[in-house]
Amino acid sequence: MSSPPTAPPAAPESPPQPPRRPGGGRAVLALLRNAWRGLTSMRTALVLLFLLALASLPGALLPQRSLNQQLVDQYFADYPRLAPLLDKVGAFEIFATPWFAAIYLLLMISLVGCLTPRSLEYLRAMRQKPVATPRNLARMPHHAEGVVDGTPDEVLGRVRTVLKGWRRAERDESGARSVSAERGFLRETGNLVFHMSLVGLLVGIAVGKLFGYEGQVIVLANGGQFCNTSILGYDSFNPGLRVDGTDLAPFCIKVDSFTAEYLPNGQPEQYTAELGYQTADDVRSGDTATWRPDTLAVNHPLRLDGERVYLLNHGYAPRFTVTWPDGQQRTGEIQWQPVDTTTYLSQGATKFERPGIADDATRQKSSIAITGLFAPTSSGGQVVTSTYPDLLAPEAAVDVMRGDLGLDDGRGQSIFSIDQSKVDSGELVRVARENMVPGQEITLDDGTRIRFDDVTQWVALQVSHDPGQVTVLVFAILVLLGLGLSLSIKRRRFWVRVVPADDGPDGRARSRVELGGLARTDRAGYGEEFDRLRADLLGPTDAAAPTTRNGGD
Amino acid sequence: MPVDPMLSEYSDLLFKGALTVYVLAMVFYAVEYVSSRARVRTAVAETEAAHEPAAVGARGTGSADLGVVSEENADVPPPAAKAPKPSRSRADRFGRMGVSLTILAVLLHLGSIVLRGLATTRWPLGNMYEFTSAVCLAAMVAWLVVLQRTSKRTRGLRKLGVFVLAPVLILMFLAGTVLYAQAAPVVPALRSYWLAVHVTTVTLASGLFFVPGVASILYLMKRAGKPAGFTAKLPEADVLDRLAYRVTVVAFPMYTFAVIAGAIWAEAAWGRFWGWDPKETVAFVAWVIYAAYLHARATAGWRHVGAAWINILGLAAIIFNLFFINMVVAGLHSYAGLG
Ligand code: HEM
Repeated sequence: MSSPPTAPPAAPESPPQPPRRPGGGRAVLALLRNAWRGLTSMRTALVLLFLLALASLPGALLPQRSLNQQLVDQYFADYPRLAPLLDKVGAFEIFATPWFAAIYLLLMISLVGCLTPRSLEYLRAMRQKPVATPRNLARMPHHAEGVVDGTPDEVLGRVRTVLKGWRRAERDESGARSVSAERGFLRETGNLVFHMSLVGLLVGIAVGKLFGYEGQVIVLANGGQFCNTSILGYDSFNPGLRVDGTDLAPFCIKVDSFTAEYLPNGQPEQYTAELGYQTADDVRSGDTATWRPDTLAVNHPLRLDGERVYLLNHGYAPRFTVTWPDGQQRTGEIQWQPVDTTTYLSQGATKFERPGIADDATRQKSSIAITGLFAPTSSGGQVVTSTYPDLLAPEAAVDVMRGDLGLDDGRGQSIFSIDQSKVDSGELVRVARENMVPGQEITLDDGTRIRFDDVTQWVALQVSHDPGQVTVLVFAILVLLGLGLSLSIKRRRFWVRVVPADDGPDGRARSRVELGGLARTDRAGYGEEFDRLRADLLGPTDAAAPTTRNGGD
Repeated sequence: MPVDPMLSEYSDLLFKGALTVYVLAMVFYAVEYVSSRARVRTAVAETEAAHEPAAVGARGTGSADLGVVSEENADVPPPAAKAPKPSRSRADRFGRMGVSLTILAVLLHLGSIVLRGLATTRWPLGNMYEFTSAVCLAAMVAWLVVLQRTSKRTRGLRKLGVFVLAPVLILMFLAGTVLYAQAAPVVPALRSYWLAVHVTTVTLASGLFFVPGVASILYLMKRAGKPAGFTAKLPEADVLDRLAYRVTVVAFPMYTFAVIAGAIWAEAAWGRFWGWDPKETVAFVAWVIYAAYLHARATAGWRHVGAAWINILGLAAIIFNLFFINMVVAGLHSYAGLG
């Protein structure tokens, strides 16, 4: 090939080997340089991609703590020997392990190290003239030649129109004129945008992991309120690494009602909750009298300034009133937990401390707990079961317990159950067992009356805060655009060489034209375009000649 | 919303009809494959023809890709042998009928999916049966498009129909039996226009990935040359390789889009755009594998056999995600309508 000094040949695909420099002090430097070169090579990228795929796989096959702690516990019970070993290497929280982080961080470093020089190279190539026309165009993968009417100047004029949109350079060769043209630089742009956006994406995700949080809270759907003022307001809370809960945006939510629609077979159709909210700004400015209305539904969160509120689940809270013999009365209403997600059979424990008694010991002894099962649509038999998730024929099968609930012991206890140790020790005794429908009342041996008043619905809300989310979205879109460009555009070259030919039989000037084409980086899909250019410049071929030989191209 | 039982029944009928016609089409392709000839000799003749100096001035000698001779060339009868051989014309006839039957089956299949949507008045991709069926349709449409785009130059790919149809038929059979679910409305989490965006693109991309997966398997067999009688009838390795690549570069961005759309939907439905749910995890794994495939094609020493293996691995991950994750692993995506 003839390559004049002004136009060096195509950029090498791999960095050129530097001259070897044997020498003591430089050995470390050379080692580092080699390590860097190794890390930023295409082969390393490939290996790291493989490792990434392989390392993620256990995340799908083994239970993960972040998704379901119960399944992890179950796994420990099922495989008592294996599970602790797996746990040591972080197999139950793969995506939080240092070695998983190591893989993707290495990949990102490799990526930056690989693509920075490549992009510089690319900028340089963009400013340079297209590479000179090779002497022997017949050696190119795509090649054609012919004799056409017109002087070389006229032909070159035609070439310029046909190659509109290509980067071109015209050169005078001895006795010939040539045009070299290049197209498809956007492919490289796309490739860079794609890879760099992957880094941006990771940065956005990291911001979310550091400064985001997620909290779940259950609120009664009868005007129950929740304010995002501290972590303590939540039933569970997952803070980001740099979140301590001291400056949450103090918005408030008031849940007015909850509606579920069901199909006849019990499958839910839609859940909606009507609510009012006060933004953090409302609360800060002291405007706490008005509530802004909103309807929360599945797939339809409430989007506040930096937080989002989701409707995750719902359930029932039976309301009981206890009237002690001395006339003191207490009403309790707390969520019971659905144990069957299709029929919403629920279980729970509504607990009452006896009021109006000064003596701690006596007060504790006469606390009441109502535990058992609740069916929104009862089957109606002696054993209460639920047949339908909606509130059609509510019934509760309760055990009334009296005694010491252990609420003052300082030990946390589940809101859904009573402290079994108190039952075992005889400090908490069952004093009644009954199936009750709303409105029904029972009287205990000591004259205490217990009434099942009504049923309220509760909703489980999730509050999410992720300051990196928009960044992630923007880079995800850039990833997609970059990918589209880089995979749909081909980098390709086209050369034309024109020499004067003998005049035609009619005495008009003619030129001999030679064409060559080369697709860079990608082998598929240049043939048709080349054939089109050939037809434009040389005129239609005779029908018998196949136009492109390696058809798939 | 009520389900129209009549429309749903017609939908099932069309599904069965499509399945039957696909089976027939496969038989025709199989006959074509068996009665087609290994064209080694012809290919050599054609190579020589291709290297003949261009006698006439304005005649493109095209792009013979430096000595690589493709099956497509071979299928263009050399000038000396214009008259088709009898065996070939029979193969050809069967192949043509195979394609016609495929088109018919695709229409029935499409009808079945459309009727399901009408019967339930929702987007018909709400359970395993529905999207397995749609993945199969996507694979068959992708295959027809490939045939159409290459038909100008070649009929050499057509007889591969039998290999594309085989896995598709297995899936369709599973869809119609094990995975089958009555037409019904979907749960609240699936009531979103993102269902249409996300699941449709996932389905299309998965269907598309079938073609390169099959092409890469055949490519590896052709390179190995074993079993000889079988592989001799396959198109040139080069053609298979290119087929795999060209369909993958369409499917991969589509898959990327689908994953991003899924993340956007997850943000609206579950409160986070990514949570390493098993389905999300395997989608990520599959995506990384296909990225590795594209890298392998630019990495010395991995360009050919290595890349093909990676492509097959990618399809394995896609299929694994479609079935295993839905049916065996519990996760947020487990509303597949099974059990
Ligand atoms: C996060 C990890 C990575 C992913 C997901 C990824 C993905 C991809 C994809 C999908 C392509 C195909 C687009 C195209 O052909 O233009 C590609 C191409 C490419 N990647 Fe990466 N990549 C990653 C990391 C890297 C790294 C670390 C390097 C450098 C060592 C690298 C260098 C390249 C190059 C040079 C190409 C162009 C190949 C060609 O010319 O055909 N990538 N990458």
